[in-house]
Amino acid sequence: MVEVHNVSMKYHSLNGEITALQNINFSVQAGEFVSIVGPSGCGKSTLLSIISGLLAPTGGTVLLGGEKVAGTSSKIGYMLQKDHLLDWRTIFENVMLGPEIRKTVTAEVKERALHLLQTYGLYEFRHKYPAQLSGGMRQRVALIRTLMTSPEILLLDEAFSALDYQTRLAVNDDIYAIIKRENKTAILVTHDIAESISMADRVIVLSKRPGTVKQIYSLSLSIAPRTPLTSREAPEFRYYFQEIWKELDVHVEA
Amino acid sequence: MLKRKARKAMAETSTLISPEHQEFLRQVRLEKTRIRFTQVLILVISFGLWEIFARANIVDSFITSQPTRVLKTIFSLYEEGVLFHHIGITCLETVIGFVLGTLLGTVIAIILWWSEFLSKVLEPYLVVLNSLPKIALGPVFIVWIGAGPAAIIVMTLAISLIVTVLEVLNGFLSIDKEKIKLVQTFGGTKFQVLTKVLLPASFPTIINALKINVGLSWVGVIVGEFLVSKAGLGYLIVYGGQVFKLDLVMTSVIILGVAAALMYQGVVYLEKVLVKNK
Ligand SMILES: Nc1ncnc2c1ncn2[C@@H]1O[C@H](COP(=O)(O)OP(=O)(O)OP(=O)(O)O)[C@@H](O)[C@H]1O
Ligand SMILES: [Mg+2]
Repeated sequence: MVEVHNVSMKYHSLNGEITALQNINFSVQAGEFVSIVGPSGCGKSTLLSIISGLLAPTGGTVLLGGEKVAGTSSKIGYMLQKDHLLDWRTIFENVMLGPEIRKTVTAEVKERALHLLQTYGLYEFRHKYPAQLSGGMRQRVALIRTLMTSPEILLLDEAFSALDYQTRLAVNDDIYAIIKRENKTAILVTHDIAESISMADRVIVLSKRPGTVKQIYSLSLSIAPRTPLTSREAPEFRYYFQEIWKELDVHVEA
Repeated sequence: MLKRKARKAMAETSTLISPEHQEFLRQVRLEKTRIRFTQVLILVISFGLWEIFARANIVDSFITSQPTRVLKTIFSLYEEGVLFHHIGITCLETVIGFVLGTLLGTVIAIILWWSEFLSKVLEPYLVVLNSLPKIALGPVFIVWIGAGPAAIIVMTLAISLIVTVLEVLNGFLSIDKEKIKLVQTFGGTKFQVLTKVLLPASFPTIINALKINVGLSWVGVIVGEFLVSKAGLGYLIVYGGQVFKLDLVMTSVIILGVAAALMYQGVVYLEKVLVKNK
């Protein structure tokens, strides 16, 4: 589904050249959920921007379903760190942003928006403004907005980091259920090791800058049914946590 | 907006208002009435004293005029059929000035946002133009454009335009880059970034610029009328000063004050209507 081949990225600025990513290789299967963890500034956001086609890599290629990425594509849905709902638009209007920009608004699409809002418990709020919603609800609206353009692959860049811990756990479960239900492929970038394990089929650990793939863990958690919350109860959870923690080699600098 | 909400909330709970809360509301109303009353009192006393001092010859009413003479002047201007002519011209020039200043300023801000190259090239010029006292350009405009309403409106534009450009451009640049990225993730063009995010997000900034421009526009119009005009409140003030008709000067100043306040209130009302869903 997604193939990343030898991707490298260099940024140029007056202070010199920064190699953000170096020779990144991995692939993601259709329907798979992959987490990417790595130290701050190792190029995770850069990697997602490259996969989404917002940014052209200085080396290597990304293939989407066998086709080379050049520019943004409707196959990809990108969820940013904050929900970035536009506060002058109602919930319904926010959800319609993607179709509006892609000029694909039809009665059918509007119907679909209402249907998604209905399914995920936001129908009553469709004429409300974002300021009237809780953080968790806003995040759900942001996901529906992303789903509206029918992407096959979802990129989530620390999509939950703006939420408080308890809301975050609940939203993890919510979003995970929605992604599974809509049968999407997902790549989640996060700082939170527990979050990365709880949601993913595989975890990719990046090294610090210049980011390279340090290790890829295929998770098998013996728990059913699997949700982000139940995953945390799995006996293997602690083991993976330890492994990834060691791999990340986190130091607290004095 | 807030008031309406509060009133609605009050209406909803009015059946179960506790005595303490009723007492609180009564106090709030009382305080409001006291403030209003004092405000009116100040007005009445100052005009009253002005009249009394003038009548008792404590001040020379030839120089200070007096309220009754102001009323008389208003009436005679009205009789001559020129009262609304002068008020109308000045107000029209002012409205054209601030509307044009805000629109043109926004358009220029959009152009500068669109082309980073242009905005960098023009930056020093904007700084110089911004710090230049624009009134100094008055005689230049008169020579270039001719002594008439056009020169007056250009004068008001000169005063308000640069400030508007800088204000709105700043508003554009302070918008979260991630919101722009959001539009781009949907394959949005630069034009869509402008229409879907930049302009709606900057709407409050633009309305604010409009409010500031109302004040600046009055300054521009009055200065312009001082310099060139044959009609308008600024013209009446200058003319009255030249022929030592202080009644006319005072009358015009008072009308000017009332007109400016009314226009500002109008814009505040417009703002409320336009940004009601905030
Ligand atoms: N537009 C840019 N120009 C220059 N350097 C950049 C640019 N964007 C990112 N960088 C640099 O590239 C490196 C990787 O940035 P990136 O945002 O991808 O990291 P990240 O892993 O997402 O970090 P974080 O965990 O803090 O979100 C950083 O050192 C950053 O300073
Ligand atoms: Mg990042």
